[in-house]
Amino acid sequence: MREQRSIFDGIDWVLVILFLLLVFMGWLNIYAAVFNEEHQSIFDTTQRYGKQLIFIGFSVFVALVILLIDGKFYSTFSVPIYIANMLLLIVVLLTAKEVAGARSWIDIGPLKLQPAEFAKSATALALASFLGDINTRMKDLQTKVIAGIILGIPAALILLQNDTGSMLVFGAFALVLYREGLSGNILLLGLAFAVLFIFSLLFTPLTMLIILGSIGLIAFFFQRKKTWKLGLGIGGILVVLMGFVYSVDYLFNNVLEPHQQVRINVLLGKEDDPKGAGYNVNQSKIAIGSGGFTGKGFLKGTQTKYDFVPEQTTDFIFCTVGEEWGFLGTFVVIALFTALILRILYISERQRSAFTRIYGYCVASIFLFHFMINIGMTIGLMPVIGIPLPFFSYGGSSLLGFTILLFIFIKLDGYRLQQLR
Amino acid sequence: MAFESKHTDRMYVVMGIVLLVAITFLGRLFYIQVIDESYRLSAENNVLRYETEYPARGLMYDRNGELLVYNEAAYDLMVVPRQATEVDTATICEILGIERDQFTRRMVKAKAYSWRKPSVFEKQISAETYAMLQEKLYRLKGFFVQKRTLRKYPKPIAAHLLGYVGEASQRKLEEDPYYKRGDYVGISGLEKSYEEELRGKKGVKVIMVDVFNRTKGSYKDGKYDTVAVAGKTITCSIDAELQAYGEKLMQNKTGAIVALEPSSGEILALISAPTFDPNLLVGRVRSENYVKLQKDTLKPLFNRALQSEQNPPGSTFKLINALIGQQVGVVNENTTYRCPRGYVSGNFRMGCHDHRSPLNLRESIQHSCNAYYGNVFRNIIDHTGKPWEGFRIWRQHVMSFGLGRKFFTDLPIEYAGIVPSNEFYDKHYGKNRWKSLTIISLAIGQGELGTTPIQLANMTAAIANRGYYYPPHLVKAIDGELISNRFTERQNTTIDKKYFDPVIDGMAMVFQQGGTGYRSRHDSIVMCGKTGTAQNPHGEDHSIFVCFAPKDDPKIALAVFVENAGGGSQYGAPIASLMVEKYLTDTIQRPHLEKPILEANLIDPKLKVVH
Ligand SMILES: [Zn+2]
Repeated sequence: MREQRSIFDGIDWVLVILFLLLVFMGWLNIYAAVFNEEHQSIFDTTQRYGKQLIFIGFSVFVALVILLIDGKFYSTFSVPIYIANMLLLIVVLLTAKEVAGARSWIDIGPLKLQPAEFAKSATALALASFLGDINTRMKDLQTKVIAGIILGIPAALILLQNDTGSMLVFGAFALVLYREGLSGNILLLGLAFAVLFIFSLLFTPLTMLIILGSIGLIAFFFQRKKTWKLGLGIGGILVVLMGFVYSVDYLFNNVLEPHQQVRINVLLGKEDDPKGAGYNVNQSKIAIGSGGFTGKGFLKGTQTKYDFVPEQTTDFIFCTVGEEWGFLGTFVVIALFTALILRILYISERQRSAFTRIYGYCVASIFLFHFMINIGMTIGLMPVIGIPLPFFSYGGSSLLGFTILLFIFIKLDGYRLQQLR
Repeated sequence: MAFESKHTDRMYVVMGIVLLVAITFLGRLFYIQVIDESYRLSAENNVLRYETEYPARGLMYDRNGELLVYNEAAYDLMVVPRQATEVDTATICEILGIERDQFTRRMVKAKAYSWRKPSVFEKQISAETYAMLQEKLYRLKGFFVQKRTLRKYPKPIAAHLLGYVGEASQRKLEEDPYYKRGDYVGISGLEKSYEEELRGKKGVKVIMVDVFNRTKGSYKDGKYDTVAVAGKTITCSIDAELQAYGEKLMQNKTGAIVALEPSSGEILALISAPTFDPNLLVGRVRSENYVKLQKDTLKPLFNRALQSEQNPPGSTFKLINALIGQQVGVVNENTTYRCPRGYVSGNFRMGCHDHRSPLNLRESIQHSCNAYYGNVFRNIIDHTGKPWEGFRIWRQHVMSFGLGRKFFTDLPIEYAGIVPSNEFYDKHYGKNRWKSLTIISLAIGQGELGTTPIQLANMTAAIANRGYYYPPHLVKAIDGELISNRFTERQNTTIDKKYFDPVIDGMAMVFQQGGTGYRSRHDSIVMCGKTGTAQNPHGEDHSIFVCFAPKDDPKIALAVFVENAGGGSQYGAPIASLMVEKYLTDTIQRPHLEKPILEANLIDPKLKVVH
């Protein structure tokens, strides 16, 4: 017989506390970023910190609702949830007005929603449901194709919205596939081609020929048996690789529009664009660097530069952490994110249900990707790709999206324990 | 795959990646935050200041290379509240000549906008004040001087057409991140239509400033600086002299003149009266003057040439009915009608004035006979036996002259005017329950029609060209490069070329003995014109005249619209005739015609107000 239990039964308090800490620190930094000595109240809803407070309240409410719903719901309805989300993405494509080059927002009354933020949870559920099935085997070609389709549909729809950053997030699911048995070689091969692709853009085909040729020669001379067969094999690989290099070169020079070429060159650091992407990174580095070891103190950031980074409360919120809290602050934030991701991975591995484990890996991968790209971007280690820092960046849709993503996992994990009793 | 989970060891690879990312980040952060000093500014009090370098806004010239708009340097005193902590209030008040409480109010306002972003503290300070400030700036921490440019107009003409610039509105700031608070943006006229070309590109200088508000040179050798790019030069299609003359003729009147070059669609003059000196809307005096102009009951800010769409074209529209009548075959150049001083059908009567009778097509235009067009119009509408079908055909022909729709060129503002549709009459009278007699006022250009002066000018250009027009536009070239192909797509009317000759003959006869424009004739220029009167239910009728010249090689086509001036022959015709003379001969040799126009004051003294 089932007795009435609290919705908090069995939930992982470590995750909940990490969540609350991150949300609270995020809000503090949004407050600092828009702070103005004249502002009256922290509840001033005309200001971003006031609005974010409302978003936080709403997200906590939604988190409670998620905990209230039966754990079975998420696995049972994963496919309908996925389909509904894809339809929503199509609606966005058809109806959204263009904002800053992207069509990714829909207006519901006074509210603006960015459905791409919710597509991540839906895709994670669908992928978990598919891969978690007893009959699914990773090594089957069919499995790889279907998994590719599950990930490809939202990625393509979001790309059509011109929201490249959110699209790239779906690449993070590669880690999930790897954990579920996708050959590491496939991932390494993909990675190798990605590196080759970037190198092809960076260097002329001639340089590439010299580089690849030298690698080939070295490989040849380090082999014990220097047979003709080996030489031919290496030569063949070289031809294939150079073919790839030339086609990238051709694509870049003859297919892309000049402004697209410029954007890629800026991304690769070949061209300086102090007004555009490169400019923001420079400002962001100055801000973080000027924080020193202990920071300038809460609300004491002195640099006017904030005004020149347009996304100071969204994509570049980490600047505020760096400037006002110094290395100590950035250390704490990075430690919290690392703890969150490791904790999710750890809990995932203790699951009996494959569904929950895979879903957990999806959550961890998404957080890792956002964490890596966003912070990497602000310190100049990653290209400028506009995606938010989970729980930190200003924005209702992203906060709600990440909350849903995390709390479904917390519920699934808690549900496991409930069933054990 | 459930339960016994293979690949568990891969967990360590994934966790390893997470840790690797975290450690890389921490290493990098430790480097830029703790080890690398270059990101840190030596003393806590040293501050970076971002000075925006405003580019010179693009210049504007007329078609003959005469300067219409240029820039003058101006200086704004800016304040960054956060840095302005220990301010020598007395010094600032003394230099600017303001009271202490004024100072406080301005600081409060600046803080309300932003604690960190610079606000304008005093706009456009004078050269002397600027010099004094330069000396004492070191005592005024948080204050600096920002160079800007102001628009200047060497001739006080073409205010509506050129438009004005003003501070970017809150909405503009949100729409386009290029603009920062206090930036200028084109708000009306060409300044608005060509904002992106004119504004150029702002530059930024990053400067280090010490405790004493002294600049210590550029930050990192100007690595983060960008250079401002000046705006592009625009060559307008207008003729400044003709524009100025037209404005002079329209003084003390309300109305509009639009003159076009028929062979290109270029606007030679675009006059809306009353007008104002564009220098009034520049700099410190702008907002005060703007309010005055806005309150003026004669509505000087309203661009009548482009916006006044409620007025019917009056008898000038008979030209169109004459052309359509020939095209659908209900009338030819020899068709005559009697005029018993009006058009009569059963109990219906539409009056006409005294002239000889009967008239042929040419004479019907010369004398502007209402009876003739009553007959022509009813035959057009009824020629298929079904009025609604005939009307639909008629309407298509009318719209091919650019009436009832917009041109979508570079006009800063535009109205479509009104050409009623079948649906309009169906709604009014019931589906197809209306006849040609119901809508007969359209025969003489009254009733539900509405045309803007620029549409009338364009209609005249289409007649002058014998069947086609180029959409009217205001700019010839940007930075010396012709923009011809953007607007010079030839628009054909639905009327065959041959039908224009009798109509144009009739228009030339308007300036001959007995014609409605006889008094405004010119001895050596063969002009073609047509008078019109727009009935005005609120007062005296509006006077309209359309005209082009020379007859065989049209160089100018124009429409004149004078409010509350009665019939077209008294004011419209002489103004149009003088404009043509001015443009084609560059002089005025008919002072007898000019003088009464210049002296006329048609403004209702009851309306003359009161700023
Ligand atoms: Zn008559």
